[in-house]
Amino acid sequence: MGEYTVQELTSIFAMQGFAGISLFSVLLLMALGLAIIFGQMGVINMAHGEFMAVGAYTTYLLSVISETYFPGFLQYYFLFAIIASFVIAGILGYLTEFILIRHLYKRPLDTLLATWGLSLIMQQTFRSIFGAREVSPTLPDWLMGSYQPTEEIYIPINGMFVLGLTALVTIGVYILMYRSNWGLAVRATTQNRVMSGAVGINTKKTDRLTFALGCGIAGIAGAAFTTIASTGPTLGTLYIVDTFMVVVFGGAASLFGTIASAFTIAQAQSILEFFISGSMAKVYTLLTLVIILMFRPEGLFSIKVRK
Amino acid sequence: MNFVYERLLGGKKGMLGLIILAVLIFIILPLTLDMFRLSMVGKYLTYAFAAVSLVLLWGYGGILSLGQGIFFGIGGYCMAMFLKLEASDPESTKIQSTPGIPDFMDWNQITELPWFWIPFESFGFTVLAVITIPAIFAFIIGFSMFKRRVGGVYFAIITQVIAVILTVLIVGQQGYIGGINGITDLKTLNGWDIREDSAKYTLYFINAVLLFAVLFIGKFILTSKFGRLLLAMKDKEDRVRFSGYDVANFKIFIFCVSAVIAAIGGAMFTLQVGFMSPSFVGIVPSIEMVIFAAVGGRMSLIGVVYGTLAVNFGKTIFSETFPEIWLFLMGGLFIAVVMFFPNGIAGVWNKYGDPQLDRLLDSKLLSSLKTAISKNKTSPVEDNK
Repeated sequence: MGEYTVQELTSIFAMQGFAGISLFSVLLLMALGLAIIFGQMGVINMAHGEFMAVGAYTTYLLSVISETYFPGFLQYYFLFAIIASFVIAGILGYLTEFILIRHLYKRPLDTLLATWGLSLIMQQTFRSIFGAREVSPTLPDWLMGSYQPTEEIYIPINGMFVLGLTALVTIGVYILMYRSNWGLAVRATTQNRVMSGAVGINTKKTDRLTFALGCGIAGIAGAAFTTIASTGPTLGTLYIVDTFMVVVFGGAASLFGTIASAFTIAQAQSILEFFISGSMAKVYTLLTLVIILMFRPEGLFSIKVRK
Repeated sequence: MNFVYERLLGGKKGMLGLIILAVLIFIILPLTLDMFRLSMVGKYLTYAFAAVSLVLLWGYGGILSLGQGIFFGIGGYCMAMFLKLEASDPESTKIQSTPGIPDFMDWNQITELPWFWIPFESFGFTVLAVITIPAIFAFIIGFSMFKRRVGGVYFAIITQVIAVILTVLIVGQQGYIGGINGITDLKTLNGWDIREDSAKYTLYFINAVLLFAVLFIGKFILTSKFGRLLLAMKDKEDRVRFSGYDVANFKIFIFCVSAVIAAIGGAMFTLQVGFMSPSFVGIVPSIEMVIFAAVGGRMSLIGVVYGTLAVNFGKTIFSETFPEIWLFLMGGLFIAVVMFFPNGIAGVWNKYGDPQLDRLLDSKLLSSLKTAISKNKTSPVEDNK
């Protein structure tokens, strides 16, 4: 790093930092959904990335529809697309739980295989409907452009928007999980299923809604993703491993841990990418994570439980 | 003799199963298929090594590794590095700016053979490396995981991440290890041209013999006291621990064994197919190996060989004719196996085929056959009694 001046380095860190924030937002949104499903229910959802793709394709579809039929609507469709992505991915998640997952709660490794199968089917469905080519929605004007505080620093507006959206969703999840009766029921079911049932919590319904919520948030992640990059049928597989690492590294079932770990991973990767090639940045990031996890398997922040 | 008959061959029925598989692999397939299809079967049988390793690890040990591709790849790459060095002697690479190094290194402006390539000039070292490097690698992973009691889902995810790391590393380091194209243009093994048909036949049979050797080793492990402990650990790990056994060491051991088995498959893959690339290392091949084991029956050593053959033939046929449908079928297969046939082909056979076989074995036809055989003093059946 010797050939850069201090000022340049600051700018590089700032800009790569902001680039990392877009990655952070998407990873966090994905990981929030996964943390709910994996952390609270112990289900490995390998198709989680495909639920993200559902959100991304929903946004694309809405953009095409509004562009063709309601051109005036094009400035506002994106807000509806976020909601639609959440609802559609949520409904699909609800059905998945009902048809597939609920039969496999006692066999976590088998859930992994079954949801992998589901992800293959979903990928091929995307390919058959939207084609193998990557697509991107037409973004409204207010999402374009960038804000320029100093001469060397450009901050893209879409990144800031996604960050804001992520913050909103995170706060929403926090309120839902830790400040509402429903969240209490979810956490109680996680800790002791039988006792929760005995005190009158409908644990099956709780499971189903939890899974649907997790998938819905993945849908929002997909909508947010469309502002950053284009969407292809294999979008999900690109992010699923990173997302699992975020959840495991942060310590499952810890909201704060998930945020911290998504931030660390995204920033490490994005800042490293400037200095070494992208693939090596990924190798170093993942390798560091694996080594840390070998020494601290429970993740950064974990709830102490007696087993 | 009794030891061999009861434990390695698995008694009357086990022996029958092995004989049928041996007849299929050694006689029927080589006689009925042309060279192209036969070398395809040979390729599939190398995947069967990985599937067999998963029976030991996952079926009996209850440890799901989503990283068998790592070991398959290490084995394959070790062999490929040796063959590549032999193929790039100074004579045949004289058009390069640096003769005597593999072509992809020359393309990437590397002028000297990297240090980790140098030992692979020796065939002895290569064979040793195919066996020891995966074992050491598995030991490191297994030691750090199992000693800290990381298991189940976490282990699956971590192995998967390691598979990703390895793939990204190989793809990123094009100059040192061949990148996304892999190591290609492999020609001879100690002067023996592996691209000729006769060599392909020989390699097919070597591969088949090795597969049977691995099956016997698997049977030996599973029928030993250790095999019983594995099963006990899978069902009630804590009780085994409280009985005074060090569970972690057993897990590390079986993980290393399965790594070596998968690596042998990888080395044979390189020899038969003639190249190795990162697309046999990452997540997708690793999970496909799990599906071979799941379809064949995760508790059956012989079953997974059939499972591997069936899934791969299905894949070839469908992706040749209806590439669109293949992923749907594959996905559906995953779900169906998990939901309805947790014990795969072997499970279905045990439920429906086996009782029929019992009836057949007890029938008069066979008992008359048996008396005819037992009159013959030199028969093996007599020896075992």
